Amino acid sequence: MTQDITLKKIDTFADHGDDDGACETHIEAKEFSLFYGDFEAVRKVNMEIPKKRVTAMIGPSGCGKSTLLRSINRMNDLIPSTSAGGEMIFDGHNIYAKNIDVVTLRARVGMVFQKPNVFPKSIFDNVAYGPRLQGIRNKQELGEIVEQSLRNAAIWDEVKDRLQANALGMSGGQQQRLCIARALAIKPEILLMDEPTSALDPKATAKIEDLIGELRQNYTIVIVTHNMQQAARVSDLTAFMYEGVLVEFGNTKQLFTNPENPQTENYITGRFG
Amino acid sequence: MRLETRKLLDKAFSGLGLIAIAVMAVALLLILTPIIWRGSKAFVFRGTVEHRRVMLEQFDRGNPDRFNQEAAQVAAARAPIYQMMEAFEAEMKAMKSAERREYQSAFKEVEKSIEQLLGPIPGEKTPVLLRQQYGQTRWDRTLVKLHEVLYSEEWDYSNPDAMGVLVETPRSEHFAGTQLEPLFPYLEEHLDEMMNPKTTFYWQFITDTSKDSHIFGGIWPEVLGTIYLTLGAMLFAVPMGVIAAIYLCEYAREGHVISFLRICISTLAGVPSIVFGLFGLAFFLNTIQVSDSKSVLAGSLTLSLLILPTIIRSSEEAILAVPRSYKEAALGLGAGRWHTVLTVILPASLPGILTGIVISMGRAAGETAPIIFTAAVSVGAPLKLWETLSQPTPALPWNIYNLCTEHEAVDEIRHVQYGMVFTLVAIVLILNLFAILMRARISKKLRG
Repeated sequence: MTQDITLKKIDTFADHGDDDGACETHIEAKEFSLFYGDFEAVRKVNMEIPKKRVTAMIGPSGCGKSTLLRSINRMNDLIPSTSAGGEMIFDGHNIYAKNIDVVTLRARVGMVFQKPNVFPKSIFDNVAYGPRLQGIRNKQELGEIVEQSLRNAAIWDEVKDRLQANALGMSGGQQQRLCIARALAIKPEILLMDEPTSALDPKATAKIEDLIGELRQNYTIVIVTHNMQQAARVSDLTAFMYEGVLVEFGNTKQLFTNPENPQTENYITGRFG
Repeated sequence: MRLETRKLLDKAFSGLGLIAIAVMAVALLLILTPIIWRGSKAFVFRGTVEHRRVMLEQFDRGNPDRFNQEAAQVAAARAPIYQMMEAFEAEMKAMKSAERREYQSAFKEVEKSIEQLLGPIPGEKTPVLLRQQYGQTRWDRTLVKLHEVLYSEEWDYSNPDAMGVLVETPRSEHFAGTQLEPLFPYLEEHLDEMMNPKTTFYWQFITDTSKDSHIFGGIWPEVLGTIYLTLGAMLFAVPMGVIAAIYLCEYAREGHVISFLRICISTLAGVPSIVFGLFGLAFFLNTIQVSDSKSVLAGSLTLSLLILPTIIRSSEEAILAVPRSYKEAALGLGAGRWHTVLTVILPASLPGILTGIVISMGRAAGETAPIIFTAAVSVGAPLKLWETLSQPTPALPWNIYNLCTEHEAVDEIRHVQYGMVFTLVAIVLILNLFAILMRARISKKLRG
């Protein structure tokens, strides 16, 4: 019974039409572990995230999926007493090596957070924040980048007349798309999304999901979500994590319809988690 | 708990709250009303012709033609007084020496108090002291002086078991039957014409320098000194305090050294201000000798130490109150630590930091003890900017104290003292008001 309903719910899968299975690896985790003090939040994960695909991470709360996501641009550094083991390879380098410049890494790996976190500045200044950091001062150039980023984030038509208005005056869904535009403005190669729709209503969620489908053509996207339907709808590949361990990782449709691991099956059919 | 008990408790609590607020409001009223009422008398008062004379001669203010007209009228009203005095002097000369002696000292007293009331007697040499060159400038003081002319005071110590009793006898009785007798009723009746009191708005009280140690003029040197000291203290304390707060919040790793530092800062905030004053004297003046004598520089440095802990603590709280998500967003976009602080954290925490700054500004403006040994003098000219490096200055808090304890003519200048208190309170209140407005504006901008 439970299985029937669950299966019925998850019946729409991402259909990007170009899935041949063979594509370049963009990020690779090799025996990667992450510790908060003594606690091992991510345990020896091996994972290859392909280029220009949407990879979803699912799993119960506290399973380490967000930690793994935030390890990709070293946002965990903000928390004192974290340490990493193994390797996280991006562009041929282990990003946890000593000589890595975190600032450059983060400029290449953009991130969208759970709650919309726009700056208390104008819409324009929000999007222009990243480019300005990179030293772009030319007004025309900035204007073009801002417009392009806002168009890519499918919010241009809604805000083009009030670019100088404070971003905090927008709705939650608009703010989140502005955050995506802000992340796109630094021209990243990878976009990390940490439960980007969990604070939004269904309508705004649908818009963001559509947007992810479009962004897929140009960016590698890694998305953490609590919502299994969402993972099924937007992703090409899905990773299931449990207690810090990567239990199963593979083609989304296959993972949801025919999981190899019984734990995965239990989780996606709603028996636990 | 039963519903009724709960309701009763609720009511009791809101009642207590109301009472507390009412008590506070009454206390505020009790403090502010006399300050405003008495302080305003330094600015708005009944000014006599002597006030206008001082303004014209000492501050080059007013219309000379109109004043001369007024002076002529007043002189005409005063002329009989001087005639009577001359007549009495002639009368005295004709007296026998014993009789003359009896009147002579009493007459001297009358002469002196009339000089104090109306100014120097025409035709006599101009006195050296400025305060003796003019009569009473304020009508309230005029009435006091009139009383001194009309009555002689003597202390009666005849009862050894009691304190001395002040006995006032009308001088007219003493001079009964002489040429001087009609002077007293004349003076009482025609004082109005002699002094010509008019309601005067003397707003220049703030911007005028003082003449003859506050007997005439305003309090500009004190106001300017206070501004110099406060701004100087800010100049040192704000950058240091804000940078220290940023370091403590954003850069420092939590550890024993940092906890110890925090304890030190809290302790520093509780050190009595007089201790800071003595430290300033010992360190800035005697040890590293920032200037040869007391100076605004040394005072500012001492004050900046005093307010530094407040600025650090309030800035720290403001910075910690910035949502973590702002910081994450900036770092996620590839901003370095320094950039994050400059472009996101500081703008977002600005209202809180500003509040702390202005509160400490109010404190720096009003502190007395730290500047006694390091910067303040009782009398002085307004300083030029570069003189602040080496010269001491009068300042409102110190001079308020000084005027009411050490001035040789305390009674004459009560209004100046109240005016200073009023001005100081006004400066602090305006600063706070400014902070509230600025804070509201920035918060509104941040909220969108």
